[in-house]
Amino acid sequence: MAKKKYWQSFTDLKSNKLHLELEENEFAEELPFETADSKGLTNSPASRRDFLKYLGFSTAAAIAAASCETPVRKAIPYLNKPQNLVPGVADFYASTYVSGGEAVPIVVKVRDGRPIKIEGNTLSNFTRGATTSRVQASVLDLYDTSRLRYPIANGNASSYENIDRALTQALASGPVVLLTSTVTSPTTKQIIQEFLAKYPGSRHVQFDAVSYSALLLANEATYGRRSIPSYRFDAAKTIVSIGADFLGTWLSPIEFTKQYANGRRFSDKNQSLSKHFQFESMLSMTGANADERYTHRPSETGIVAAALLSAVNGQGATGVTGKLKTGIEKAAKDLIANRGTGLVVCGSNNVQIQTIVSAINEAIGANGSTINWTAPLQTHQGLDSEMAGLLADMEGRRIGALLIYDVNPAYEYFDGERFKNALKGLKVSVSLNGRMDETTELCKYVAPSSHFLESWGDAEPKLGYFSMMQPTIAPLFKTRQFQDTLLKWSGNALTYDAYFKNYWVGKLAGVDNYNKALQDGVVEPSIANRATVSDTSTRDTTARAVTFSGSGVFNGSGVSAATSAVNGFKKNGKAELVIYQKVSMGSGHQGNNPWLLELPDPITRATWDNYAIISVPIAKELGIDLDDDYEVHPEKPVITFKAGNKTIELPVLVIPGMQANTIAIAVGYGRNSSNAEKSKDYLGRAIAGIGKNAYPLLSYNGSTIEWTLSDISYTKSGKDPYKIAQVQTHNSYEGRHEVVKEVTIVDFVKNPQMVREERNEELQNYGGLERFEKDATLYPYHDKPGIKWGMSIDLNTCIGCHACVVACHAENNVPVVGKKEVLRFHDMHWMRIDRYFTGDYNDPESIQTVFQPMLCQHCDNAPCENVCPVAATPHSAEGINMMTYNRCIGTRYCANNCPYKVRRFNWLDYTGSDSFTNDQKTMNEEGVLDDTVLMMNDDLTRMVLNPDVTVRSRGVMEKCSFCVQRLQDAKLKAKKENRPLVTGSENQNGETLTDVQTACQQACPTDAIVFGNSNDSKSGVTQTRHDNALRLFYSLEQIHTLPNVSYLTKVRNTDVLSAHATHGDLHDEQKEGKKPEAHG
Amino acid sequence: MIDLRLGLKRIATPFFITILLVGNVAKAQDGQALFTQNCASCHAINKTLTGPALAGVESRWTSKELLHTWIKNWNKAVATGDPYAKQMAASTTNVMNTFENLGDAEIDAILAYIAKAPAAPAPGTATAVDPSGATYDESDNSILYGVLTLILAVIALVLLQVNSNLRKLTDDKEGVPSHEPIPFYRNKSYITLLTLILFVIGGYFTVKGAIGLGRNKDYQPEQPIYYSHKVHAGTNQISCLYCHGGAVEGKHANIPSVNTCMNCHMTINEYAGEKIYREDGKEVDGTAEIQKLYEYSGWDPVKREYGNNGKPVEWIKIHNLPDHVYFNHSQHTVAGKLACQTCHGNIQEMGEVKQFAELSMGWCVNCHRESKVDFVDSSGTSGNKFYSIYERYHNEIKSKKRDSVTVSDIGGIECQKCHY
Repeated sequence: MAKKKYWQSFTDLKSNKLHLELEENEFAEELPFETADSKGLTNSPASRRDFLKYLGFSTAAAIAAASCETPVRKAIPYLNKPQNLVPGVADFYASTYVSGGEAVPIVVKVRDGRPIKIEGNTLSNFTRGATTSRVQASVLDLYDTSRLRYPIANGNASSYENIDRALTQALASGPVVLLTSTVTSPTTKQIIQEFLAKYPGSRHVQFDAVSYSALLLANEATYGRRSIPSYRFDAAKTIVSIGADFLGTWLSPIEFTKQYANGRRFSDKNQSLSKHFQFESMLSMTGANADERYTHRPSETGIVAAALLSAVNGQGATGVTGKLKTGIEKAAKDLIANRGTGLVVCGSNNVQIQTIVSAINEAIGANGSTINWTAPLQTHQGLDSEMAGLLADMEGRRIGALLIYDVNPAYEYFDGERFKNALKGLKVSVSLNGRMDETTELCKYVAPSSHFLESWGDAEPKLGYFSMMQPTIAPLFKTRQFQDTLLKWSGNALTYDAYFKNYWVGKLAGVDNYNKALQDGVVEPSIANRATVSDTSTRDTTARAVTFSGSGVFNGSGVSAATSAVNGFKKNGKAELVIYQKVSMGSGHQGNNPWLLELPDPITRATWDNYAIISVPIAKELGIDLDDDYEVHPEKPVITFKAGNKTIELPVLVIPGMQANTIAIAVGYGRNSSNAEKSKDYLGRAIAGIGKNAYPLLSYNGSTIEWTLSDISYTKSGKDPYKIAQVQTHNSYEGRHEVVKEVTIVDFVKNPQMVREERNEELQNYGGLERFEKDATLYPYHDKPGIKWGMSIDLNTCIGCHACVVACHAENNVPVVGKKEVLRFHDMHWMRIDRYFTGDYNDPESIQTVFQPMLCQHCDNAPCENVCPVAATPHSAEGINMMTYNRCIGTRYCANNCPYKVRRFNWLDYTGSDSFTNDQKTMNEEGVLDDTVLMMNDDLTRMVLNPDVTVRSRGVMEKCSFCVQRLQDAKLKAKKENRPLVTGSENQNGETLTDVQTACQQACPTDAIVFGNSNDSKSGVTQTRHDNALRLFYSLEQIHTLPNVSYLTKVRNTDVLSAHATHGDLHDEQKEGKKPEAHG
Repeated sequence: MIDLRLGLKRIATPFFITILLVGNVAKAQDGQALFTQNCASCHAINKTLTGPALAGVESRWTSKELLHTWIKNWNKAVATGDPYAKQMAASTTNVMNTFENLGDAEIDAILAYIAKAPAAPAPGTATAVDPSGATYDESDNSILYGVLTLILAVIALVLLQVNSNLRKLTDDKEGVPSHEPIPFYRNKSYITLLTLILFVIGGYFTVKGAIGLGRNKDYQPEQPIYYSHKVHAGTNQISCLYCHGGAVEGKHANIPSVNTCMNCHMTINEYAGEKIYREDGKEVDGTAEIQKLYEYSGWDPVKREYGNNGKPVEWIKIHNLPDHVYFNHSQHTVAGKLACQTCHGNIQEMGEVKQFAELSMGWCVNCHRESKVDFVDSSGTSGNKFYSIYERYHNEIKSKKRDSVTVSDIGGIECQKCHY
């Protein structure tokens, strides 16, 4: 185990010269004097003069600054203060995040009238307080500068009165089609019914950019219900996923992550784990978490499913060979052994394949146990065939008017161009979208809808699980809620808030219950009255007729046909394509969101772009040399991919773990207005022009849209290499690889002391585990008399989803730096999720992945502290490594000396807080700063800043503060209430109470992060460390930094860990020799 | 000038001595604070407001116990059947609040304060120690030292001249040839010395000036409405929290919104109190200032209704902290139990408010070094239970190694307590 080699990149694996050089240079660049023509300041002919110039200028500036009069500041109180509002004290409102059909119960932090942070609603049994990176980032969408600000008629600014007048006439002329994303809101459904009734012949079409048509249709064929059941990953002991990224993007990750983590929680007492098999073509985030992972061609998905079916039926895995066969048989054996507690999911959007998966689940007894029909998931109800039908109707001029809400088919429909042409031919086209997207710009009328944080509403993501939505801010612009618009156009005099209230007061029997529901944010009635509450749910036609029971009645008549059909799917072309969703971007619904765009991908660690991920053999064929400094240089070759008549040109990234013939491209990028000049204004300054649109690569097979393509050819495009900003090659650990620890369950059960023994061995020279703290240092011990903050991160439950990173962005005003700056390694994330590979990159099955959240470790013996010449980063009596921005002079010694590489320096004025105004604009014009930085500093966008956290200026260091503002607030709360602080201890009723959670902890959907007072024997963190003492370790413990962040070793539910890589051995030895004895 | 200072000193010294000698001042302070907190929004001592004037209140009641009962819950006092209680209850339509939370000792303190309170509040009674008094002493000394230094310097200079003249005389006498005498203003040593002195003095003032940049002690801008804290908090004894309730709830004390002002000023439409003067001696027309408030609020005093033309008052912010400082009022008022006056000075004496404290980091840190936290005593009965987790300090107190815990002992002067 100790010899296992972890690598972050090919370069790292091979430790070539350039990489070593990079490791040595913490800050890989010259001083930013532009005139010094890169020879360095001393050799430059003009250096002395420049020096004098700078000196003179700064003196003059200082004098100018000093002689300024103190500005007169004003304090303007309310004219009439709302009663329950105290300026400076945050209020929390329960609401609902909606994006497409997805709905997540949330709690919104509102400070002085501005929503500034979103948390999960822990009262919900549906999500149990989980969030995703997109939910966390959605608060920034509210302040997006590219939102539509007023209604538009025929290209000109208009008013709602005019549009209402024009539309009530125009709509009457012919059948109206309302095209929306999946609608789960019961009141909205009712309003839509009323609206359609007013215009006879009209219909409602639901279109999902990422549709689950195949799943719906397969379930209709096998279970007689066109709906999606609840999956219970928490009840599953064996999980098999065939290409479903259920932790990242498939169906309802927000629910699945929490469930999945339940089976992955390991403790000293309960040494058992669920077993997760993943069969896939590309390396997905879910695949990276799997215990055993096998790869296959994208076109082989059906065969894998069929083989698994035959294997669980005891007929062996047919039609597959080699490792894949072994894997399928292993999985089948486990599924049979754990009958009733197994679960198979599949990401394919092919009806036959999903039918086979249904049959597998039936065969292993999942139906009724891990697949539950009591509360079907309603978030994706769109059928691809309906959209195809609509398009045909549009082209055949059989539609009078098209109303579009919350969808953008011109971009996200595979045949967007056809849709655009058809749209242009319509007499009346109305967009109710909130932004000027590719569809909206082609519509005659635009009546923009409000953001969900400005809206009333409800949602029913799962049958019977309601989530309420209430506005947390008055509409910022002249926008009107979708429902209000529909009510108006159907001639209803009620406004939506009144309608909504009437509806719910009626349903919940009383205003008090209604108010309670708004306050809680969720209504989750018992199963008995569910049918009556959701009688407007339309899609699941059988839902009202049948009595709900946990299991469905299986009808296997179509299975054999499906099995024989899938055998024909396999292609043997040179390469095949998987089109996928990035964990951060999803379908691209929240495209213009700099927090999401700058979020590194969990696997590729790339920001700001889409690209084609290719396998190692394809790379070799293209002549991409992995032995050279592959990741060191951001320039990646641009390759032209061809499939039939479709082509796409994209830079490529080589990722180990990809099946040999597989290429993967993400959707969500390549946003361009038809009017190229307007792209930035219409779509947003952050997203416009980035990457290429992959939606056109999808194909329609007559009933569903397929996300894979076979027979791809690829050639070098001959274009200049394209720079991809990866956060991959910097922040290296200088060859110290004791940062992560990983064991197999088999080894661990055999020798539970193995992690402790290994730690003891590492610390042997410094007193061993027992005497390490005191013996290994010359420094005196500093007492922490009251509180000692500590964090524990469980590598077993961390799935690498990055929700914490966005939460940290939002909570701590972490700046967005833009692609150019990420390319210069100037990214500012306080928290990063390091991704380590082990195994041989020539063998995708051997690749195992470990995610490790890395943040300031708050070392009690911190190397950064004693090198600061101005004591700007001292240690607190509560164990926090403090960073004092106003004292920092920017020497960056601390970052140089930090073994974990978690300190971030403000190289440029990212926040607009410099005393010299307009320098951002100048730097933008000079091409140093990206547009997105200006966008983040717009007065509107700055409303998202947390007023309790300083906005840092250029030239200061920053890093994780353990959310000190929350800690201070929690302590104050306890003091005011005259009681001791509580940090995650259980009360006598078994409820966990806490005064404080860090932002990352609160956002974590798997509860991998536990935080609290480690001096308190009852606190969550102390308990976790105590219950998992055998797995506990500190990152780079032997250098005696004494971190306050501890990790729990990853336990893989497999018998083998991938051995160290074939190429790494030689360099390993070199490194052993070089390894610094850094303990003082 | 010196006369004036001496005069002040003469007044100040006995004043301080009085304060030091009179032992129960502290208690009276509590009484006053309690009175301000609980009673002053409805009662004054010598004046009938919403409630009756309280001077001599104890003598009006038959027994002290009954008065206590009345204060805690007047209903119970009426229920005893006491005729005075009944009479009081019937005398007005205003209903007195209940104060069940007040202990007997606290009520006694309030009553003692009422009994001792002079006809009109005397200046400077609010705070026990007037730090500004201390600075007078200090500056007096520095002037004294300065004058002494100057005199000594002149003497030294004269002596040096005398010395050189004498040497010249003896040299002449002994026939030693001497240089042409250089006048002292061309003497290099003198010039060097002078330059050095000027440099030191100049440097001192430059540094001092630089440190003082952005610090605005005594900042007293003219506000859009002449709002006198003296009239409101002083004469009329309105509790600070009536308007600045945020001070116990959160970060900002908050300037009250216009509707808060109008709670009282809907009925109080003229000023008939003592004459008020601005700093420059000009008289202020209180009634006209109230009219200004009506303009802001859009209140029509004749029709007695609000128009739609209200607008918020743009007050000029006096206490400005830099953006990188986190300051929370409730931390200091609730957890720290500080009185407003500690940082804001004798606010009840100020016409227009001026910045009393320096609001410099040194000023903050000093207080954090010296102030003691409300530490739980060994029996655990008093003090804030939050501090029960500080085991080491409890042991040290038990073993008499320490007698108290200061804010800095629990990390109160660490950077990230205020800068984050």
